[in-house]
Amino acid sequence: MNIKDGSIDSSIDDSIDGFIGSAKLLTCEIVYMRSICHLLVMPLECGRFLLLIINSVSTENLVDIRRVSFSYRNRSVLREISMQVPRGKVVAIMGGSGCGKTTLLRLIGGQLHANAGEVLVGGQNVAQLDNTALYRLRRKMGMLFQFGALFTDLTVFENVAFQMREHTDLSEQMIHDMVLMKLHAVGLRGAQQLMPYELSGGMARRAALARAIALDPMLMMYDEPFTGLDPISMGVIGNLIRRLNDALGLTSILVTHDIEESLKIVDYVYFVSNGRIEAEGTPDEIRVSQQAFVHQFVHAEEDGPVPFHYPAPDYAQDLGITDMRQAGVGQA
Amino acid sequence: MKPGNPFVRMGHATLEGISRLGTATRFLLQILWRSGTSWRRFHLIVREIYSSGVLSLIIIVVSGLFVGMVLGLQGYQTLRTYGSAESLGVLVALSLVRELGPVVAALLFASRAGSAITAEVGLMKTTEQLQAMEMMAVDPMARIIAPRFWGGVISMPLLAAIFSMTGIYGGYMIGVRLLGVDDGAFWSQMQSAVDLRDDVVNGIIKSVVFGFVITLIALFEGYDAVPTAEGISRATTRTVVTSSLAILALDFVLTAFMFKGA
Repeated sequence: MNIKDGSIDSSIDDSIDGFIGSAKLLTCEIVYMRSICHLLVMPLECGRFLLLIINSVSTENLVDIRRVSFSYRNRSVLREISMQVPRGKVVAIMGGSGCGKTTLLRLIGGQLHANAGEVLVGGQNVAQLDNTALYRLRRKMGMLFQFGALFTDLTVFENVAFQMREHTDLSEQMIHDMVLMKLHAVGLRGAQQLMPYELSGGMARRAALARAIALDPMLMMYDEPFTGLDPISMGVIGNLIRRLNDALGLTSILVTHDIEESLKIVDYVYFVSNGRIEAEGTPDEIRVSQQAFVHQFVHAEEDGPVPFHYPAPDYAQDLGITDMRQAGVGQA
Repeated sequence: MKPGNPFVRMGHATLEGISRLGTATRFLLQILWRSGTSWRRFHLIVREIYSSGVLSLIIIVVSGLFVGMVLGLQGYQTLRTYGSAESLGVLVALSLVRELGPVVAALLFASRAGSAITAEVGLMKTTEQLQAMEMMAVDPMARIIAPRFWGGVISMPLLAAIFSMTGIYGGYMIGVRLLGVDDGAFWSQMQSAVDLRDDVVNGIIKSVVFGFVITLIALFEGYDAVPTAEGISRATTRTVVTSSLAILALDFVLTAFMFKGA
């Protein structure tokens, strides 16, 4: 650039001004076009949003499982199961180990898809949702895993803040306050800077609970929340499940085989065995039920409809006693 | 099917191998497809560069130094026989930049960082952390796997460069300081003999390829591990063994491609 030549300088200035001017014009055009597009799209978006609200409020049952069958490869786990979870209630799904309870939670969370039947959450068929819609739905769900599943490289505070950082643009101050509120609700405000390996089993479960309710979900799912806990921690977790459900207006599904603790806090119980619902009812109905399966389960009887022995061939035959006897008879 | 029949077993193993290769390819495509988040939130990758790269620095520096010192001793002995001990710098630098730097650094990287990545991801799977993340509507491929992958790919060439650098310094210490090779000849011959395109860039290309392969194997083995203590132990072993074999085989292939004949 020739500094001495004022005319060249001014022409460059002019062209820069012109460029800036046209860029501004272009920007205005784009903004204008985008506004028009927004105006056109807005009614559609509003309609969709309203539909979603109407849909989710109108359905009395937040979770509706209709004639669902599921099998892992050739092993049938669930056979035409139907159950409903009404809004605001705490519902327990009980049954022995390996009866498909956790599979049900995974079907509700969309981690597995049913072979037949449908799983509706808030009126939406989970299996038909694309990845984006499924992730949008999961933001409204919270899940407490059997052993907490806390992120081991993050502190308790960072674990609870994880979802807030991932899904929201909240300020650091806001996240700090919200995390402390959640931790205070589960009694672990003082443990916010501890690492997961420094927590006891009960504390880890409570920290995971605080993390699960971080974004105020509409549905909470608990996978074996009482496993491996001492009686005090069990009571604490049980009370928290009930209190949080009522205070935050949640709906909760509890998968457990701890009958005593869960009957204290739930509104309704489904018993699952061999992939089917064997019994259902309120805790009071369950306590007095004379149904063989429920009786065995409630009174922890060793043998009954759920046999003590895994199916096997005849014992004597397995030990080879029959053959020996036959041989003995032959000799005699 | 007769389980004892060796042909049946061989066929079964071949099919399983092909199937795993297919799964690993799909895994790689998923990583590439979901890498956008990692690059947008670069701090996630920086964190992985720290745990794969920075934490591997000590073993890389110490090994590089010793490899360079051994090269200095061995090279001096051989070169002196032909009266060309001054070419020690060339020998040390070319050996390191072309071959030993990328290959030995990659083997060390596979044992140090690769096994750590497999164990970490495998344990995250075992303790349901990956599932928990999915249930929180956070994609583990984007949040956990992709940043580790790019962290490894970026770290590997840097580590190989540091390995070669410390190796050359080790050779210098032995050759010049201890054995009395001329200082000027050591460096000037090295400068004129080492070509940027043919030696340095080819070495970097090798180490990028090794980084890509090691990190992919480590992540895949961790993600695919049977979620038990034994499963993770097997996966970690497989990572080190498969990566090491892949490094050596790929080194031959890449060198063959880069070879310019007589």
